Amino acid sequence: MAAILVAEPQASGFSFENCRRNIFLEKQGFIAPTAYKTGTTIAGIIYKDGVILGADTRATEDTVVADKNCSKIHYIAGNIYCCGAGTAADTEMTTQMISSQIELHRLNTGRTPRVGTANRLLKQMLFRYQGYISAALVLGGVDITGPCLYSIHPHGSTDKLPYVTMGSGSLAAMAVFEDRWKPNMERDDAMLLVRDAIAAGIFNDLGSGSNVDLCIITKDKVDYLRPYDEANIKGQRQGKYRYKRGTTAVLKSEVKKLEYEVVSSTVVAEPMET
Amino acid sequence: MDILQINQTSDYKKAGPLQAHFNPYSYNGGTVLAIAGENFSVIASDTRLSEGFSIHTRENPKTYKLTDTTVLGACGFHGDVLTLTKVLDARLKIYEQDHHKQMTTGAVAAMLSTMLYHRRFFPYYVYNIVAGLDDEGKGCVYSFDPVGSYEREAYRAGGSASAMLQPLLDNQIGFKNQQGVTRIPLSREKAVNLVKDVFISAAERDIYTGDSILINVITKDGVTDERFPLRRD
Amino acid sequence: MATAPLFRTEFWRNGPQPGSIYNFPGGKTKPDLNPMKRTMNPTVTGTSVLGLKFKDGVVISADKLGSYGSLARYRDLTRVMKINDTTILGSSGDYADFQFLTNLIQERVIEEECLNDGFGYTPLRLFSWLTRVLYNRRSNFNPLWNTYIVGGLQDGEPFLGYVDKIGTAYQAPTVASGYGAYIAQPLLREAFENNPNMSLEEAAKTIDRCMKILFYRDARSLNKYDLAIVTKDGVEIKSSIVSETNWEISDFVKGYE
Repeated sequence: MAAILVAEPQASGFSFENCRRNIFLEKQGFIAPTAYKTGTTIAGIIYKDGVILGADTRATEDTVVADKNCSKIHYIAGNIYCCGAGTAADTEMTTQMISSQIELHRLNTGRTPRVGTANRLLKQMLFRYQGYISAALVLGGVDITGPCLYSIHPHGSTDKLPYVTMGSGSLAAMAVFEDRWKPNMERDDAMLLVRDAIAAGIFNDLGSGSNVDLCIITKDKVDYLRPYDEANIKGQRQGKYRYKRGTTAVLKSEVKKLEYEVVSSTVVAEPMET
Repeated sequence: MDILQINQTSDYKKAGPLQAHFNPYSYNGGTVLAIAGENFSVIASDTRLSEGFSIHTRENPKTYKLTDTTVLGACGFHGDVLTLTKVLDARLKIYEQDHHKQMTTGAVAAMLSTMLYHRRFFPYYVYNIVAGLDDEGKGCVYSFDPVGSYEREAYRAGGSASAMLQPLLDNQIGFKNQQGVTRIPLSREKAVNLVKDVFISAAERDIYTGDSILINVITKDGVTDERFPLRRD
Repeated sequence: MATAPLFRTEFWRNGPQPGSIYNFPGGKTKPDLNPMKRTMNPTVTGTSVLGLKFKDGVVISADKLGSYGSLARYRDLTRVMKINDTTILGSSGDYADFQFLTNLIQERVIEEECLNDGFGYTPLRLFSWLTRVLYNRRSNFNPLWNTYIVGGLQDGEPFLGYVDKIGTAYQAPTVASGYGAYIAQPLLREAFENNPNMSLEEAAKTIDRCMKILFYRDARSLNKYDLAIVTKDGVEIKSSIVSETNWEISDFVKGYE
């Protein structure tokens, strides 16, 4: 047959066959592994001298808090940062990949990267993946054109607005912005506004919690404040929960001599995360 | 399907009226916890009422005083909780007027079990724990599943953070899997402090537990209330 | 080749078999033996209702839009009502169900009045009754597709309660249904926590802020709302309030990139 002799042209574009297969399997009752989600309230505003990004620090796995102090404001470039909501791995890897491309672009051109460039790279990547990369982003920075702020949806659509919010607490945060945002705000007022917007998400949305992180980007400086505010103080325990030596039963013990040579060693004490 | 149209394939199905599915249940979160002591029992619940990712209110305790020596902790679907507690209250009142005495904790538990099983095929979506004093004045705790299976226990956690609290109680009250520990009988103070501590931990990790707790201590002198704040995020 | 049947089994071509009934072409072929169906989705709906306690009473607000799916069908519906001098009610969800219940409540209020025994609906009584009605309707799989917010003065103290279509019910100092639970509730809670003893003016202002933001962000809302106020002086319903909106932000939006 002729068809075997002639190489069949590769179908262009991505194949989403596995996505369709996964949806089918889930319909049949297959339970896919759960990923960390950053339920999340993220937000950003433009103020007089630049951009302020804000985020809460809770990551959840279904109804359990997986990380009480995760970092959701990601580095893109020296003058550009990006908040991520959605599947934690997706936001993390997407921002890292675009950060790398932006850095190469900066080295090629020898110029400070523009926020619009990062926006275009992000939206094109997300569009190619047809929404299967669940990353909802708030991208902000200051470049030659001044302060810029974008929100980017998982399917690749973007908005360029003076104040944006994303994540499960986006409605709570947006309500605060709609109530109090004004053009050309002073730095302190603007910081307080973003804090209050994130705090509205932390207290009213169960997917968001713990602390407020802020990132203030101006023409010549970035202030990454983590944590900016501890919105919740953990309760003080009443009792002591230490065990007497020997509480855990030793069923069998065996001593083996190990031949080794110590080159160097350091021991660092770290308090246990409880 | 109409027998005359048996060979109709899905492609040829007529677009009929769409029937939206109505879900009569919802899940409103919350955790309850009860511990039986020698001559007292402690029952506590958090006060957060939530649905999905929203908080309905921060001030809704999930313990219900039934008699002078019996308190019920109930969480799950709040509509069913309200109905169940209303019916329980009515039946306890009828009992009191018929017999000129209050129902004992054991009898309340037995009655609750039959009430739950009565709705076996349209269940009350409620996790119940009954705490109180038994006929001899000793602390007692009964735990239930939503369709009426129940047993008497020394301590029990129920609701959204139950899977986090139960192992802690096994360790601290049951002294499970420990060697050479002195099994000190649980004092009232230790029990109340333990309740506070385990709820602090539950509020850290369970999104449906928080805001504050209400602790009821049941003794022969009656039921006391104590409030304790938790984190609100 | 198909062989013709030895004798005809029907009276005429495509006609009925002996002993059956003729069905006209295009009509039903069999009597409807499907299980009974109830309408399980709302038709004309109202969006969020907000409720807020203040020092001397309670306010409830709801906008005047009746949506038919995404169509803004009616622009002058009232979704708050006065029950008596100490009780008010607001409803979101299916408007027909609200009207049905309104009639039922009014009937019962009149009946109570006729008895003239000094008893009538208090907010708590109405709230408790609504909880039972909605729970029983859901248990019969025939829900009233509404969320009700009951306000009033119970023994001189402000009362505010929430009941939804499956019988979930609670009392709280601030309540909101629909999108209001996501958008307005954070603002209401903050306002109430900062000042639990608001005056009527402050409460009305807080509600106005929330209704305005709901108009900005809820696509099924309208910038015209009713405000029901209950104080010891009785019930007042302020009708068709229009908030002052600000669209200056449009100057800052240029393109999407």
